[in-house]
Amino acid sequence: MSAGQPTLAAYLILGAILFSIGVVGIFLNRKNVIILLMAIELLLLAVNINLVAFSRYLGNLDGQVFVFFILTVAAAEAAIGLAILVVYFRNRHSINVEDIDELRG
Amino acid sequence: MLPVTTILFYVFSAILLGSATLVVTARNPVYATLYLVLAFFNAAALFILLGAEFLGLILILVYVGAVMVLFLFVVMMLDINLARLKEGFLSYLPLGLAIAILGVLELAVVFWTSPLGHITAPTAIPANADNTRALGILLYTQYLYPFEIAAVILLVAIIAAIALTLRRRTGAKTQNIGAQMAVRAKDRVYLVDLREPKS
Repeated sequence: MSAGQPTLAAYLILGAILFSIGVVGIFLNRKNVIILLMAIELLLLAVNINLVAFSRYLGNLDGQVFVFFILTVAAAEAAIGLAILVVYFRNRHSINVEDIDELRG
Repeated sequence: MLPVTTILFYVFSAILLGSATLVVTARNPVYATLYLVLAFFNAAALFILLGAEFLGLILILVYVGAVMVLFLFVVMMLDINLARLKEGFLSYLPLGLAIAILGVLELAVVFWTSPLGHITAPTAIPANADNTRALGILLYTQYLYPFEIAAVILLVAIIAAIALTLRRRTGAKTQNIGAQMAVRAKDRVYLVDLREPKS
């Protein structure tokens, strides 16, 4: 390990492991929409860690601007997703993914 | 002796990965949300370790302060049947783990063989560098239009969330101001002629 800082690869592998945990979360909790939304937040967090690490190690601030926009869009997505979830729960009294098959042809 | 930054990196990473694992395996969604808060705190610490103080603080303010509270509200508001939602939890575990390990291995191979894997030291930060100031200058000059679009996206999200969850209850005793103002005397009072009709 070189002077003072972990390598870029260390951060990238941290991001990769975090991303995989998010994917496992989607597989494990494929019936619970709330945990699915949390797993998506984990995926976005992994992407953000990668972008910030690249921004720092390549000396380019544009990566951090991208993280800023990703945070904005993720916050909007979480708000709308949870609103849809609340409306759905009011109508069906369930948040099971398997019950969401009204539009099946 | 490892440098302090490296030790901190491994401590924060370990807590981050541990709490992320607990997010996806927790029995109770409330615990999952609280572990997600812990994960975001550690990610913010990693951001600050990387010299991105502004983003670290934004992560704590926006995510821990707003989005996670939203999640907690929704989790506590919905009376969900946890037993049904946990059906088949373990049957998906082998497939999920296999895909996760495959993904990590592939990405690790890419990182170690590509030129990116050999970038070991970050670029030097000047002593008087100000991350927030530099980010602000970039946001308000080069990225001005995307910044405005981000603001519009947030506005759309506010309107959509309110429009989706707003409901008018039928039979609730509330005032309808418009109907009250628009009423005319002939709608409310009518005169009945009680005299005996002349044949």
